[in-house]
Amino acid sequence: MSELTLTVMRLGFLAVLWLFVIVAVQVIRSDLFGTRVTQRGSRREAGRQQQQAARQQAAPPQQRQQSGGRQRRNAPTKLVVSEGTLTGTTVALQGQTITLGRAHDSTIVLDDDYASSRHARIYPDRDGNWIVEDLGSTNGTYLDRSRLTTPTPIPLGAPIRIGKTVIELRK
Amino acid sequence: MSSTTNTPTHHTSTIGAIGAPSRRNTELAMLVFAVVIPVFAYANVGLAIDDKVPAGLLGYGLGLGLLAGVAHLVVRRFAPYADPLLLPLATLLNGLGLVAIWRLDQSKLLQSIGVAGGKATNQLIYTALGITLFVVALIFLKDHRTLQRYTYISMAGALVLLLLPLIPGLGANVYGAKIWIQIGSFTIQPGEFAKIVLAIFFAGYLMVKRDALALASRRFMGLYLPRGRDLGPIVVVWMISILILVFETDLGTSLLFFGMFVIMLYVATERTSWIVFGLLMSAVGAVGVASFEPHIQTRVQAWLNPLHEYKLSQAGSHDGILHSEQAMQALWAFGSGGTLGTGWGQGHSELIRFAANSDFILATFGEELGLAGLMAILLVYGLIVERGIRTALAARDPFGKLLAVGLSGAFALQVFVVAGGVMGLIPLTGMTMPFLAYGGSSVIANWALIGILIRISDTARRPAPAPASNPDVEMTQVVRPS
Repeated sequence: MSELTLTVMRLGFLAVLWLFVIVAVQVIRSDLFGTRVTQRGSRREAGRQQQQAARQQAAPPQQRQQSGGRQRRNAPTKLVVSEGTLTGTTVALQGQTITLGRAHDSTIVLDDDYASSRHARIYPDRDGNWIVEDLGSTNGTYLDRSRLTTPTPIPLGAPIRIGKTVIELRK
Repeated sequence: MSSTTNTPTHHTSTIGAIGAPSRRNTELAMLVFAVVIPVFAYANVGLAIDDKVPAGLLGYGLGLGLLAGVAHLVVRRFAPYADPLLLPLATLLNGLGLVAIWRLDQSKLLQSIGVAGGKATNQLIYTALGITLFVVALIFLKDHRTLQRYTYISMAGALVLLLLPLIPGLGANVYGAKIWIQIGSFTIQPGEFAKIVLAIFFAGYLMVKRDALALASRRFMGLYLPRGRDLGPIVVVWMISILILVFETDLGTSLLFFGMFVIMLYVATERTSWIVFGLLMSAVGAVGVASFEPHIQTRVQAWLNPLHEYKLSQAGSHDGILHSEQAMQALWAFGSGGTLGTGWGQGHSELIRFAANSDFILATFGEELGLAGLMAILLVYGLIVERGIRTALAARDPFGKLLAVGLSGAFALQVFVVAGGVMGLIPLTGMTMPFLAYGGSSVIANWALIGILIRISDTARRPAPAPASNPDVEMTQVVRPS
């Protein structure tokens, strides 16, 4: 086999090997999905956030339709954690029950010494009002300043306090 | 009530679910690529050595392709949301290993000393066994959390595996390191399997104990000092790793297990102090043992003065110490490879003689593919580790997280220990490069490791089930007192 052919093969092999690595990295790049975390609050992120918002609108149309029918105009669309270690976390309200607690299968896993493992749940009733119910927690769930004893509808923007964590519903 | 958009800490984030694609077709495409590269390399070796395309091209190509195809189909069926890269990356390394072993098989020198010849066929059989174990792991391990039940059984199992080479009559002393057992004509390296079993034990144990290990501590000079009694586990694991070092005289195995534990301890507790303690303890242990263990001393000497040791071994020094010439030979192999390498089949790494196709296989890659090729291979290892850590990040249960970190950490440490040893960064050890090196235990155990990682990644990446429809909007209406 001529020297030239071997040299071409040698360089070609290295090129192919690196191509594989580069393609693998591209796969990783395109693999960034799962829970979509949208950073907000900093200015340079604003552009990207808009893009993502546009994409987000395009992405789950069926979920939107499913909940959209029942929802009234003033209905909250998201649950926001406004104080505590999870500050800034939001969960879209799509008609599902949201469980809060230290248990790992909770929708919002509270890393809070004052929270019980199954602390409270937030769910929509048949009119689409969101209800918060304390699940027999040790330290209680507070809506505004009062400790919950029965399932209670949540007014928009009212703080729900669990230990050091504060949650509210927003539009 | 402060508004979240104004919080100075950049915690503000929105978590929204989106449908995750399964990425199985990406995996298939990458897998085809990962099989084509070794086939190309194989043809290249044949053309360089014999001026013709080797006769076994179809056989090896089809063999590797078939194994990869089976693995892919099983993943498609039993772990549809698994990471798309783990399988192709492992297949590529395994395929390249096969080619390098076959290439060394062609060497008359290695054939004459019985190190080479037909080893590639053996390796292909080991690969088949490894893929079988991979398939079995995926089919029978429906959920990695079942492994959690066997936490303490795993501990016992791992100890037995680690102690096996010390049993007289069963253990085999191969070039000074006692990390093999011999059954009939087979030699098995139980440490490779112990790695996986031990990761299961550490994950199960740390998941339960991590709060005690993380919270009960005092702060001192920016470090959290654990209480004396919480040091128990790390001391026990350290003692075991020291015992391995003393009795099996293998730095690599010892470093691997202790390092894996420290990594998992750090991940479980988020305390930097464990890393500091771990590094201190392993340094003290290694230096302490090296001061009296002759086998380790030889290795350290070969690491510090490779050229001197080479001269001694060439001169036939009869001072009763086995002088290693390989450390220097490996460095020469890397040197003669240069940046772009000599090309497949045109190097002389067979001069390393024994262990040329196992411990020192990286020297063959370094010589024939050069720095460029070696870096690509190390990157492939890096990507496997990255996907493992990524799986740990995505995993929702703490056991899965710890297990994925432990397995990928052990994999990374093994690559570091072997590559570092061959390249002269740390003293040489008796471990083998995962997937590349010749050796049944290593290939089989690492395929099982990839299988478990794929299982965890499938669980982690599987989209959450759709929210249960609200019973109140169904036909049955619940009348509630309001």
